[in-house]
Amino acid sequence: MTAMTDNTTHAHAHAPVAHAAQPAAEAHGQQHPIKLYLLVWTLLFVLSACSYLVDYFDFHGLLRWTLIVVFMLLKAGLIVAVFMHMAWERLALVVAILAPPLAVLVLMAMMAWEGEYTNFLRVFFFGA
Amino acid sequence: MTAEHVTTEHAMTEQTLRSRVLGVMADWSSDQRSFKSASWGKAMMWIFLVSDTFVFSCFLISYMTVRMSTTVEWPHPSEIFALDIGGKKIPLILIAIMTFDLITSSGTMAMAVNFAYARERKKAAILMLVTAFFGAAFVGMQAFEWTKLIHEGVRPWGNPFGAAQFGSSFFMITGFHGFHVSIGVIFLLIVARAVWRGDYDVGRPGFFTSRKGRYEIVEIMGLYWHFVDLVWVFIFAFFYLW
Repeated sequence: MTAMTDNTTHAHAHAPVAHAAQPAAEAHGQQHPIKLYLLVWTLLFVLSACSYLVDYFDFHGLLRWTLIVVFMLLKAGLIVAVFMHMAWERLALVVAILAPPLAVLVLMAMMAWEGEYTNFLRVFFFGA
Repeated sequence: MTAEHVTTEHAMTEQTLRSRVLGVMADWSSDQRSFKSASWGKAMMWIFLVSDTFVFSCFLISYMTVRMSTTVEWPHPSEIFALDIGGKKIPLILIAIMTFDLITSSGTMAMAVNFAYARERKKAAILMLVTAFFGAAFVGMQAFEWTKLIHEGVRPWGNPFGAAQFGSSFFMITGFHGFHVSIGVIFLLIVARAVWRGDYDVGRPGFFTSRKGRYEIVEIMGLYWHFVDLVWVFIFAFFYLW
């Protein structure tokens, strides 16, 4: 019982600190200048146009893939950071939301390996 | 080893398992929360979106796997999704229009959130209706695209253009995304109606939860909508452009 009382006191001692660190944003919600949204909107339009032009001008190989991925990541970053307000959220939420999807990269690497292998087997045995 | 160290070690062994378990309970029940800037509603929407990210990732990764493993040439999306406009074949134009349409809807949604927090409910509701309109237009264009491809003989099990896996990947990925957009349009209409009537000002109970809503619902709705746009960014890059 003594241990529990100790723990409780401990938690209470920390509580005011946590409250102090809480931003005032909660009461007013996420409100940001419309100008910023319009800027991001324009940027998304420009970036989409750029990725479309990659196809229109028929770029090939490494240049095509690099450009596609760069434009894609820039667009995704703008949407998550500004439209979804991630830039103004606390790090605890940002980490909890953005870190787990990185595990997808591991699955992607494994399945790329698997796909290459299946392709090799098909060519090797069926001479396709 | 210092004398102090020995005492601590001694204290550790003294501490019984029972008291440590009680400590865990005390920690979890101490009125703490991890996401101090996000309400439970917003945190839950984010967690749902993370799980949805995994669903779409699995679709895109399985598409990658079948595309890498097939020995038959993959159909060229650039030509398949081309449209004849004024007697000229423009590559991928329908998909480009759909992309701009969805980005536009994201922009109007972001502004709707702003006006909702500013308590300008008519403006917020109108912007949400505009968002829903662009969403419905997107689904319409997708229906047009599906019809065109089905007429050309694209099926989940084969197509006249190349690798058979193209059809199954296409219908699965775009179908699931289109379903997300459709659900989003329905919820946009429901929330827009509530905002227009001022439900969140008078604390009118919601039709489904029977609980009072807050203007934060518009922001949470926005998170879902922007996520749908976000997924499209990845589908556009990997399925249509690659």
